[in-house]
Amino acid sequence: MLQSIPSDWFWGLAGGLLIGLGGAVYLLGNGRIMGASGIIGGLVDGTGRSTWAERLTFLAGVFLMPALLLPLRDGATTNATSNVAVLVAAGLCVGIGTRIANGCTSGHGVCGISRLSLRGIVATVFYIMAGGLTVVLFRHILGVI
Amino acid sequence: MQRLILALIAGGLFGTGLSISGMTDTTKVQGWLDVFGNWDPTLAFVMGGAIIPMAVAWLLTKGRTPLVGGSFPAPSEPKIGHNLVVGSVLFGVGWGLAGLCPGPAIASLSFGGWQGWVFLAAMLAGMWLAPSVRATMDRAVPAE
Repeated sequence: MLQSIPSDWFWGLAGGLLIGLGGAVYLLGNGRIMGASGIIGGLVDGTGRSTWAERLTFLAGVFLMPALLLPLRDGATTNATSNVAVLVAAGLCVGIGTRIANGCTSGHGVCGISRLSLRGIVATVFYIMAGGLTVVLFRHILGVI
Repeated sequence: MQRLILALIAGGLFGTGLSISGMTDTTKVQGWLDVFGNWDPTLAFVMGGAIIPMAVAWLLTKGRTPLVGGSFPAPSEPKIGHNLVVGSVLFGVGWGLAGLCPGPAIASLSFGGWQGWVFLAAMLAGMWLAPSVRATMDRAVPAE
């Protein structure tokens, strides 16, 4: 366990730099904020400046690269819960919440904080605190997840 | 066409980063949120790593226009209303419950099994419901 930690940190940092690079390309190239919930949400309710084609092409890249990398990643898995009620409740909360707040980890977190946006910083503080309390409540107290 | 090629490259970089950083693994995300358990700091490295190139990109927008034309998104008004707070709390609850947020939900579809599709379907349903939830909330708390 201890030996695996530094390599996880390294891959986290390397992956983070690529995520930021993707955001930089989307911003400097297309003039768009790389926020996953905004890009997906615009397909659902038709709001925002981007076209369907731009959104779908971006999401195609997000879906395809991890799929192409699968042969290099032995036994890639999300380790997601098989509890359907938890998955549905979580998906609904994420869908409603990110759209009401106008952003998620990528939009408010990465793109907002890097711009020193007050809204991005406040949103990130609230979703991290809420996420932390949720894990404490549902894992350690209720034992559901 | 140039716009679509750049979108594909940006999405590809985002997906690659999510994949190799471990953020498509729900145990790593929940491990970061679980401060009272076996805390996993990886997510902080991912966030920190992502903010560096983005901060440089924001600096480079000054006095320029996007490569494909148009304009850069204007800074949002620094207004902290109930939508931002309630929405972020709701998002955080869902994020903690499943360990998935919108980006990784897409990035992990090719290997996440049926669980990933159930989460995605519920998330899309939530996004579809969001405008009416927001309207209801605005009626209840018209102060914003």
